[in-house]
Amino acid sequence: MYAFDFVKPSSIDGAAEALQEEEAMALGGGQTLIPSMKQRLAAPSVLVSLGGIAEMRGVCIADDGAVCIGGATPHAVVAAEAAASYPALAALAGGIGDPAVRNRGTIGGSLANNDPSACYPAAALGSGATIVTNTRKIAADDYFEGMFTTALEPGEIITEVRFPVPQAANYQKFLQPASRFALTGVFVAKYADGVRVAVTGASEGGVFRWSEAEAALSADFSPAAVEGLTVSPEGMIGDLHGTPAYRANLVKVLTKRAVAAAG
Amino acid sequence: MPKDHGIGASSKRREDVRFLSGRGRYTDDMNLARQAYAVFLRAQVAHAKINKIDTTDAAAMPGVIRVFTAQDFSGVGGLPCGWQVTDRHGNAMLEPKHPILAEGKIRYVGEALAMIVAETEAQARDAAEAIVMDVEDLPAVVDMKAAAAGGTLVHDDIGSNLCYDWGFVEDNKAAVDEAFARADHVTTLELVNNRLAPNPMEPRVAIGDYDFSTDQHTLYTTSQNPHVIRLLMGAFVLGIPEHKLRVVAPDVGGGFGSKIFHYAEEAAVTFAAKELRRPVKWTSTRSEAFITDAHGRDHVTKIELALDKDGHFQAIRTETFANMGAYLSTFAPSVPTWLHGTLMAGNYKTPLIYVNVKAVFTNTVPVDAYRGAGRPEATFQLERVIDKAAREMGMDPVELRRKNFVQPDEFPYQTPVAVVYDTGNYQATMDKLLDIADVAGFEARRAESAEAGKLRGLGLNCYIEACGIAPSNLVGQLGARAGLYESATVRVNATGGIVVMTGSHSHGQGHETTFAQVIADMIGIAENQVEIVHGDTANTPMGMGTYGSRSLAVGGSAMVRAANKVINKAKKIAAHLLEASEADIELKDGAFSVAGTDKSVDWGSVCLAAYVPHNYPLEDLEPGLEETAFYDPSNFTYPAGAYACEVEVDPETGKVTICAFAAADDFGNVVNPMIVEGQVHGGLAQGIGQALLEGVSYDENGQLLSGSYMDYAMPRADDVPSYVVDHSCQTPCTHNPLGVKGCGEAGAIGSPPAVVNAVIDALHRGGITHVTHIDMPLTPGRVWSAIQG
Ligand SMILES: Cc1cc2nc3c(=O)[nH]c(=O)nc-3n(C[C@H](O)[C@H](O)[C@H](O)COP(=O)(O)OP(=O)(O)OC[C@H]3O[C@@H](n4cnc5c(N)ncnc54)[C@H](O)[C@@H]3O)c2cc1C
Repeated sequence: MYAFDFVKPSSIDGAAEALQEEEAMALGGGQTLIPSMKQRLAAPSVLVSLGGIAEMRGVCIADDGAVCIGGATPHAVVAAEAAASYPALAALAGGIGDPAVRNRGTIGGSLANNDPSACYPAAALGSGATIVTNTRKIAADDYFEGMFTTALEPGEIITEVRFPVPQAANYQKFLQPASRFALTGVFVAKYADGVRVAVTGASEGGVFRWSEAEAALSADFSPAAVEGLTVSPEGMIGDLHGTPAYRANLVKVLTKRAVAAAG
Repeated sequence: MPKDHGIGASSKRREDVRFLSGRGRYTDDMNLARQAYAVFLRAQVAHAKINKIDTTDAAAMPGVIRVFTAQDFSGVGGLPCGWQVTDRHGNAMLEPKHPILAEGKIRYVGEALAMIVAETEAQARDAAEAIVMDVEDLPAVVDMKAAAAGGTLVHDDIGSNLCYDWGFVEDNKAAVDEAFARADHVTTLELVNNRLAPNPMEPRVAIGDYDFSTDQHTLYTTSQNPHVIRLLMGAFVLGIPEHKLRVVAPDVGGGFGSKIFHYAEEAAVTFAAKELRRPVKWTSTRSEAFITDAHGRDHVTKIELALDKDGHFQAIRTETFANMGAYLSTFAPSVPTWLHGTLMAGNYKTPLIYVNVKAVFTNTVPVDAYRGAGRPEATFQLERVIDKAAREMGMDPVELRRKNFVQPDEFPYQTPVAVVYDTGNYQATMDKLLDIADVAGFEARRAESAEAGKLRGLGLNCYIEACGIAPSNLVGQLGARAGLYESATVRVNATGGIVVMTGSHSHGQGHETTFAQVIADMIGIAENQVEIVHGDTANTPMGMGTYGSRSLAVGGSAMVRAANKVINKAKKIAAHLLEASEADIELKDGAFSVAGTDKSVDWGSVCLAAYVPHNYPLEDLEPGLEETAFYDPSNFTYPAGAYACEVEVDPETGKVTICAFAAADDFGNVVNPMIVEGQVHGGLAQGIGQALLEGVSYDENGQLLSGSYMDYAMPRADDVPSYVVDHSCQTPCTHNPLGVKGCGEAGAIGSPPAVVNAVIDALHRGGITHVTHIDMPLTPGRVWSAIQG
């Protein structure tokens, strides 16, 4: 780790200002950032903790029924507090990492980082969520731009994420045996106007929507609807833990299982 | 009734009080006055020529005390290898120099290039980044078969990447080939024994200290065998005589073999402490551990089994490529040879065996002993090929094994691969296994799994290991450059309490408890009257340390001998006090009595007389009560057993779930059943880890792909089932005083084939019959790919 300064503002404006500093970085739960700093792979001059901003923490229900999660809300809080309003999302949050990770790591940090194997991106894209920042609102469909890249501008802060609540949903996570991130994960959500299927962990392009499955499931929300589809291994991740063909297989298997579990 | 103390009791591990309450004293917990910190600059490429290492800027950085490179060590020796293998043609193995810091060439990612010593660790790290390396990349040698065939050399000066080409038993080769030519059936299997990173919970640490006023060096280090380190480093590397060098290995957080070896960092900090006249401390990071702790296994093998039409084994022939990595680690050459070839008979009467091992240098981390060392490799290939043969011949795998077992009345049994099994009963452990694994109920469980769309399989295997390492005169003939006896001093204090100083070293095994149980039992006193001291060359007799499941069998035997000397002397004292003949004195329950009378004197009074010799036979006997003994075993011990694993395979994803695992072991006599079961549990977790999860992986440039826990999968609690273990089949070792065999490695040796056999069985029962083998680790991706064909 290199030396750095640390500030903990209590307002979003204060944080935004602190982030204007050159080489400043926002600190959510530090579950990604701190390990990379320890390995000297990240070297911020100032860490701007978002943990002291009360309005960025917690889960609430908006007037339109959407579940709104403060950008600095830890996974464990989502797992507990969204359990009644959006069970599939709460279950996803409750399956991230281990208790220490869930009590520190935040939704804003996860979405800002956009790890290709992370879970929240699948929920956000699969739910058609809105990513609210200190300057604007970004639709999930416009937000994810590929592995570790997003529509966020430097210094922009995710203050809230709004999830429209589906009629039925489920997340199937197939564990990468070492990291226990998603080797592949599929989030399926059924809305009145159609089904969304978001896939994480599989593609070299990061989280994506499987549109063929969405069309088939919108017509017939049953595992059998997906049976006839094929997923191309083209563009899928190949590494120690699975070939592109294996991941393509998982996309289909997990989609079927998510539909079956969503009921 | 289970015993509540002494031999046979499940006494609670006394060391756990400090381990579980955070009071353990590990090397990194030590900090010496005026201590400086060492950081090593490590190679980022696997193979390169070093033109220049420019340390000018680094040396001028804040807090930097000195930067060391290879030149600074030109006056000292390289790291020695403790074993010399002689090849098929009678030539000594090729033995390249193993420098403390890289000389002229980089040979693996992680090799130490420079050591920076600074006031703080952070300053040393900053300075390491300021070192300018001028290197020319060379093609990396990674694949063993390509390396053996020639091409780029890891060590130019020795002229080959082939360390040795070993044949065992070379004289049997022609007869083995003939047996294959006339066999009714030959089963062939090619397999990989995957490379493992040992990953003890505590990373390595070394602190060098030097007192110029007495010319005394001290090394505090995370070692399984401080005396071995003192001998190797003192005599071969730094030229420090033993009386000027103390090596201390305090609490050590697991070793699994990786802390047997003498590592460069130990010599470097000891050397630097004298140069700088300051203590110098180095603590490995977890990332460094992955690229510097000696790895384990890494064999590529072809095994052939010849059978007659009834399934009797006729001959075994193997060819193995064994990875040595870039340099020879301390005991590396012995692992694929004498710890592997000698076990190829397994539990069976195979009259003819020929083992060929080609040890190869590659641009990877050195490979050496890891829990089981050689024996897991032998067991895996043998038990896999037997399963494959059973399937090919349509025979029951259990019956095929039973038919070929060395039968209970055939011990001692001379194998065709040098070793003589003293005792065993393989039918008994198999019977026990079938019972505790509820093999009879398998079919019902399989049907239940099938209902849920899962393929259930049952895999069994046997294992045998050679433990209690080792008879020195035998291993000396086989190339060992050290003796492998063990030592103990039993010191009785004036009021009867006992301190045992042992050359064995406990790094989690529970010696402080079990050794005390033995002494308490022998004398008939309470366990808490006995203290066990280990881990410091200054206060223990020269001993060889702990590995190869040797502590109780060899170290315990030395302790029993020393205790018997003490008891014999105490009897003389008692005879004097009781005015009786020594021959009539009996020791029971902590009291000496005269046979046939009610005259007796208790243990404490005898001890007091020894140290307060007012009424004492001073003309015949020295005062005091303290004895030392050395014990060199006459043979190895041969723990053996049978293991069963039940798995479920998800055919859609390839995921393997272990539903049940049963182990029936014969460890001979058992001192502490709870500790023995704990050792088996830990070994099983490591074996299951090897079978399903763990694997070190390099790319073709010699870059480590599995260099952190993000990619190297360690077994976790929910990866393993609740084990069913049994050690009630006991054929005591015939040649050590406790009749014990050793239990530390069995689980890791015996479990991988059971897991793989179970997965193959599941696939076959599920109609997926084209899969005859899958290489470990059986990750979901690999199993799924195998199913696809
Ligand atoms: C052992 C382990 C296991 C894990 N397992 C999983 C898993 O199974 N699934 C999974 O999805 N994740 C997993 N994670 C990651 C975890 O979910 C982290 O919480 C997540 O990666 C980052 O969140 P954080 O709050 O810790 O962010 P930090 O590490 O603090 O920050 C990450 C990045 O996001 C930026 N940032 C943080 N907050 C904001 C914000 N509000 N607005 C804008 N930028 C921000 C930071 O500047 C930084 O660049 C695991 C992590 C660990 C250590």
